Amino acid sequence: MENRLFVCSSPHLRDNVTTQRLMLDVIIALIPSTVAGILFFGLRAALVIAVTVSASVLTEYLMRKGLKREQTISDLSAVVTGLLLALNLPPSIPLWIAVVGAVIATGLIKQLFGGLGQNFMNPALGARVILVVAWAKHMTTWTEPFVDAVASATPLSLLDATTTATPVEGSVWYSYLDMFLGRVPGCIGETSALAILLGFVYLLIRRVITWHIPVIYTGTVALLTWILGTDGLFTGDPLYHVLAGGLLLGAVFMATDYVTCPVTRKGQIIYALGCGILTVLFRLYGNMPEGVSFAIILMNIVTPLIDRHTIPVAFGGEKRVG
Amino acid sequence: MPLKWVFHGGVSAPHRKNTAESETSVLDIPEKVVIPMVQHIGAPCTPTVKPGDTVKVGQKIGDSEAYVSAPIHSSVSGTVTRVEPMLFAGGNLVMSVEIKTDGKQEVYEGISPPEIKNREDFLKAVRSSGLVGLGGAGFPTHVKLNPPKDKVIDCLIVNGAECEPYITSDYREMLENPDGIIEGIKLVLDYLSIPKAIMGIEDNKPKAYKLLKEKAQNDNRISVQSLRSRYPQGAEKTLVYALTGRKIPSGKLPADVGCVVLNVNTVAFIASYVKTGMPLVQRRVTVDGPVVNQPKNVLAPIGTSLQTLFDFCGGFKSTPYKVLMGGPMMGIAQYSLETSVIKNTNAILAFDKKEGDLPSEWPCIRCGRCVEACPMNLLPLEINRLVLANKIDELERYHILDCIECGSCSYSCPSKRHLVQSIRIGKDAVRRLKVNRN
Ligand code: SF4
Ligand code: SF4
Repeated sequence: MENRLFVCSSPHLRDNVTTQRLMLDVIIALIPSTVAGILFFGLRAALVIAVTVSASVLTEYLMRKGLKREQTISDLSAVVTGLLLALNLPPSIPLWIAVVGAVIATGLIKQLFGGLGQNFMNPALGARVILVVAWAKHMTTWTEPFVDAVASATPLSLLDATTTATPVEGSVWYSYLDMFLGRVPGCIGETSALAILLGFVYLLIRRVITWHIPVIYTGTVALLTWILGTDGLFTGDPLYHVLAGGLLLGAVFMATDYVTCPVTRKGQIIYALGCGILTVLFRLYGNMPEGVSFAIILMNIVTPLIDRHTIPVAFGGEKRVG
Repeated sequence: MPLKWVFHGGVSAPHRKNTAESETSVLDIPEKVVIPMVQHIGAPCTPTVKPGDTVKVGQKIGDSEAYVSAPIHSSVSGTVTRVEPMLFAGGNLVMSVEIKTDGKQEVYEGISPPEIKNREDFLKAVRSSGLVGLGGAGFPTHVKLNPPKDKVIDCLIVNGAECEPYITSDYREMLENPDGIIEGIKLVLDYLSIPKAIMGIEDNKPKAYKLLKEKAQNDNRISVQSLRSRYPQGAEKTLVYALTGRKIPSGKLPADVGCVVLNVNTVAFIASYVKTGMPLVQRRVTVDGPVVNQPKNVLAPIGTSLQTLFDFCGGFKSTPYKVLMGGPMMGIAQYSLETSVIKNTNAILAFDKKEGDLPSEWPCIRCGRCVEACPMNLLPLEINRLVLANKIDELERYHILDCIECGSCSYSCPSKRHLVQSIRIGKDAVRRLKVNRN
């Protein structure tokens, strides 16, 4: 008797990129920011990272077990979520809050909605926003880099203060160089533009993401903050706005989260413009210095709507003849 | 020459043209052949022979009254042993004629070059030759060459793209029979009064490109173009677009934009038929795949079993896990090695478990790679989601019927989702829904 042959429908050949490999690439791209965070904020930052990553992976493991679903921690997405969350937290955050954040991100936002691919907002950002609302004080206590001392202000909160009538007494502006390198107070992974850009280049080379969302998002913020300067039109300082706060980290790593951004190029452009406009509105006219998380999350929520209105025309569908 | 029109999407699948330098070997006449009565798109043929009859090479053994059909001829001389439904390459049972060969390969007496004076004679000759598209789906060539009166054809597109991995059957034709190809092109242009022909060859075949370009030199109606090597460059819609900039509208054929597309093997066969009158009874098949001992290009009689061909190529290194007829992107997995080579079989490939297994699916992460890869601009991830949720009535909004089933989406998905596989199911369901609506 002849051996049975295996039969299935074509194609019989697959690219060797896997979801796991893509997640690993994101982790690799985050290494510079992680290292920079630990360099500037010390072991405390390393501890926060270790705690959120393990809490996130453990939450996923237990939830899948509890819901009697197939284990998925090997896809590495829980590691990515944990890491991104840590990079979006102040180094001095109490560890129990970091754990709560990881549980919210992975347990609530990701797994309760069905796991990878089903969440409607970026888990790490969603969790961060909830933490900001619930524990505002802990989430806005900043540390000076290199020294374990409480910082008076971040580059962004300085900016916020200057827009009000009474500038903070004795405050110093941070230099572009310090901000570019990351020698300023802020969340663990957001301060060093250099480290984020290294990760960005890696993601581009590995074709994990395209340039569209990060560049259009950042560009929109730069353009609008320049136009809407405090001393009249076209007097803003776009470079300061781009380097300050979580914009670059958000634009490169959070806004590009596959699951929660549109799938077509056209949709992505609309989405990135939306992220940029909202960020500027929150930053310049809101009552909190940072607007990146809120902006991205709002755009995450309208992503299905954008997708529904940007269904591409099929090839040859444009000009119907005959 | 740089291409003006580059289609969106596609994938850079590995080429794996291992047999590119393998000159065509002629298969020893097998002991028996099984010739199915369906080797083309259209009406099946009815056998015109019965068990016990003796047949010769080129003798007609099946035909149909229907216009969209092509007659079928014996590829060997010998005795008909069985006329009954037998296992077919598609996995179903199809009326077939089994012939035990006598090894003499005597040519049928009726074979002589056709007399062609005009367009009608030419089309009739093409039909009698049994020719169907030798590159892909196997559409009867005489039907393609004779579009409805209101469609004026001003360009013959000759497909030498051969974008599927492994397959080198067209490539060998271009290297071994370039004059035949040019001759065939001229015949089509002359008899059908088509002003020009453009031949497209992917840029991973520079030798063939140079050779054909040289051969085409002294006929200014024929131009040869180099194409970007990117799957599915050789699909009709992407090919016509790359070479002419014309987009075939959704649901339409090349004739709707004034083109007719023929494969290089198809045009070369026209030339050979006009010269000899020997119908389509054999073809070149690329035999390859990781478990095949000596990958080769083999000239085999239609009806040869896959087993015979693999044996001719030194057999298997290890038990094959999956056997394909056609390339890995669009080929059909075979249930048995007993099925036969038919007119449009350009390759048979054998894989081990490692290469041939179906990867298991992971959740869609909405990475958009399938969207990037789709040459038809579709959203495979959404179609997949809707098919799995059985939301058939929403599928048309996503232009599901425009899918050419090239498989680029499934190929590129990091979560290994069975995208085109589900789209096929969805297409059937949508067609059924449409029929019910009317
Ligand atoms: S390629 Fe796969 S994972 Fe990516 S969007 Fe398409 S279906 Fe989803
Ligand atoms: S949806 Fe159809 S046309 Fe598009 S890539 Fe998939 S198989 Fe090809």
